[in-house]
Amino acid sequence: MPNENTISRRGLFMKLGILFNGLVATALAVPIVRFLLSSVTRGNANAYLSWVPLGPVGEFPEGETRLATFRNPYVMPTDGKTVDTACWVRRIDGEQFQVFAVNCAHLGCPVRWFPQSGLFMCPCHGGAYYRDGSRASGPPERGLFEYPHKVQSGLISIQAGELPTPGGSAALLGKRPPCAG
Amino acid sequence: MRWLIQLGEWFDRRLQIAAPIREVAEHPVPRNTASWWYVFGSAALVVFVLQLVTGILLALIYVPSANEAWSSLQALNHDVTLGWFIRALHGWGSNFMVAIVLIHMVQVFLFGAYKFPRELTWIVGVFLLLMTLGMAFSGQVLRFDQDAYWGLGIGASIASRVPIIGPAIVKLMLGGPIIAGATLSRFFALHVFVIPGMLIGFVCLHLLMVLKLGINEWPMPGRIVKRATYASEYHELTKQDGAPFVPYAIWKDLFFAAFVLLAVAACAIYFGPFGPTGQPDPTIIQTAPKPDYFFLWLYAVLSLLPPSLETPALLIGPVLVIIALLLLPFLSGEGEKSWRRRPIAVLTVLLLAIMLGTFTRLAQSAPWSPHMNAWSGAPVPDRYLHGTTALERQGALIFQVKQCRNCHALGEAGGQRGPSLDSVAVRLTQDQLIRQVIQGGGNMPAYGKNLSPAETTALVAFLETLHPARQAPARDASRDAALAESQGRRAPAQP
Repeated sequence: MPNENTISRRGLFMKLGILFNGLVATALAVPIVRFLLSSVTRGNANAYLSWVPLGPVGEFPEGETRLATFRNPYVMPTDGKTVDTACWVRRIDGEQFQVFAVNCAHLGCPVRWFPQSGLFMCPCHGGAYYRDGSRASGPPERGLFEYPHKVQSGLISIQAGELPTPGGSAALLGKRPPCAG
Repeated sequence: MRWLIQLGEWFDRRLQIAAPIREVAEHPVPRNTASWWYVFGSAALVVFVLQLVTGILLALIYVPSANEAWSSLQALNHDVTLGWFIRALHGWGSNFMVAIVLIHMVQVFLFGAYKFPRELTWIVGVFLLLMTLGMAFSGQVLRFDQDAYWGLGIGASIASRVPIIGPAIVKLMLGGPIIAGATLSRFFALHVFVIPGMLIGFVCLHLLMVLKLGINEWPMPGRIVKRATYASEYHELTKQDGAPFVPYAIWKDLFFAAFVLLAVAACAIYFGPFGPTGQPDPTIIQTAPKPDYFFLWLYAVLSLLPPSLETPALLIGPVLVIIALLLLPFLSGEGEKSWRRRPIAVLTVLLLAIMLGTFTRLAQSAPWSPHMNAWSGAPVPDRYLHGTTALERQGALIFQVKQCRNCHALGEAGGQRGPSLDSVAVRLTQDQLIRQVIQGGGNMPAYGKNLSPAETTALVAFLETLHPARQAPARDASRDAALAESQGRRAPAQP
């Protein structure tokens, strides 16, 4: 009779077998988790953001706000039409610009510009913004998201690559337009 | 026939499942549970099987790639023989499944079936409900059109509000920095492998417990559930008043299941498949995305909540609801089962049903959304222009051109975001109108910077004409008094 403190040869092998499987599972879990979280880790390193050109400054008349489109800097071959993104470009005067994301700061629906009333309006929950992107009315808690931009040799570029969301993308949140609410 | 029986026996000698199947089929159930109220669980299972079959059929054609999904849906709708019908069955099957699961849950709740010893059956059921809703949402994403694209954007915006890890959740959900091919692929994996796999496992667990613990007896007012005595009471009940499930009770399940399948097919034929709407092209911004039917109430809640309450409500609300559902069988695991003796339970169900129904109804008309084309599409009614001055007509023009109409209705056409202005002159005096236009307030943007003084004068002149024919416009009483006073002062004193 084996007493309780001794361990049989087969019992030991079974425990070693479980331990062995545990080690292999842990070793395999590392690449699996890294693969699963790759989109997050890459984003944390800001590897998605880069400068993308919107076109020559001349395409944007002074005092007006125009829709521009750009190709997302991070592209996969199966992305289809989703790689192209729109943004609102406001040329105040000269080389003074503001570039807004089309995504409403409330829940991301595409806002439309109405030059006559000087308002951006959102079709979803009725958010409205003034021409400088600041909040006018409705459920958004802040103004429109603004892309960082630069003008170089007659070309306007923006720093883009991530979906602008209320809680996300530090680059876009850096400059907070004054919030009326 | 004899050879068939022999063949059956040959298999059963090896499989040995005939006896357990017979035992399950003939297990005694309390007679009064053979009721039309007890058919929803099996109906949900039947619709789930329909979803599995039609889902596999759709996967024969559908391409889960952001580049091709939309056109493969078009091919299903228009080119593949009866592709539209299979899509319609799957779409309507989804709506029916959510509806039947909800009805089943309400029935279980009102009949006290979640009480001892069926707590775990209820908890597994709560997870089944969540998975069903997960299937409904991920299915809407696979219909990769404009609504799906912007719906994902809304999902990402909500997820991003989680403190600290919000941005990480967004990237995990989207599979990258933007809504693109990887997003569709991971929702495909969720919709086709992960959630259905879990659903099948949980459904088996749910059914196993229904068989092991027995179907909930018909609740009688006054028959109290006690942990100590319930098992023996239930055993006694099935022994004295039991009948074999097959065929005593199952025929109602069979009839109802067939009726539900027929209803799904009828809806599929009559109404056809859902979408796809426009192409998922982010540069086309002339779109007003709306969620599928069972998420409409959420769409309404998101526009009606005060902005400051929105994030807490979005993040904490669902957690509280799920915790409440999971804790329910532990908080009231004993006691009365009958809804006749549980007024608060009945009121809770009514309250929730009225709330969800009202929000859904509101979301169908979405009065909070501006009508983006009203300013150019809805003419000013003739009667508001008859006999007006040049200034007032100029005001009517400004009213249209400045998109006031997108939020304000005239003659029942136009947005409902703001109040209808058919009788605004009765409500607001001239000064109040000017103030409201220039400074905004309430839900209205300030127009001060976008209207010249001349435009404001014309606009307010037009607005002052908007009152019913026999009702005088609002006037500032103090103005008359002030006017009279100043006239009185000027008038020569009477001797």
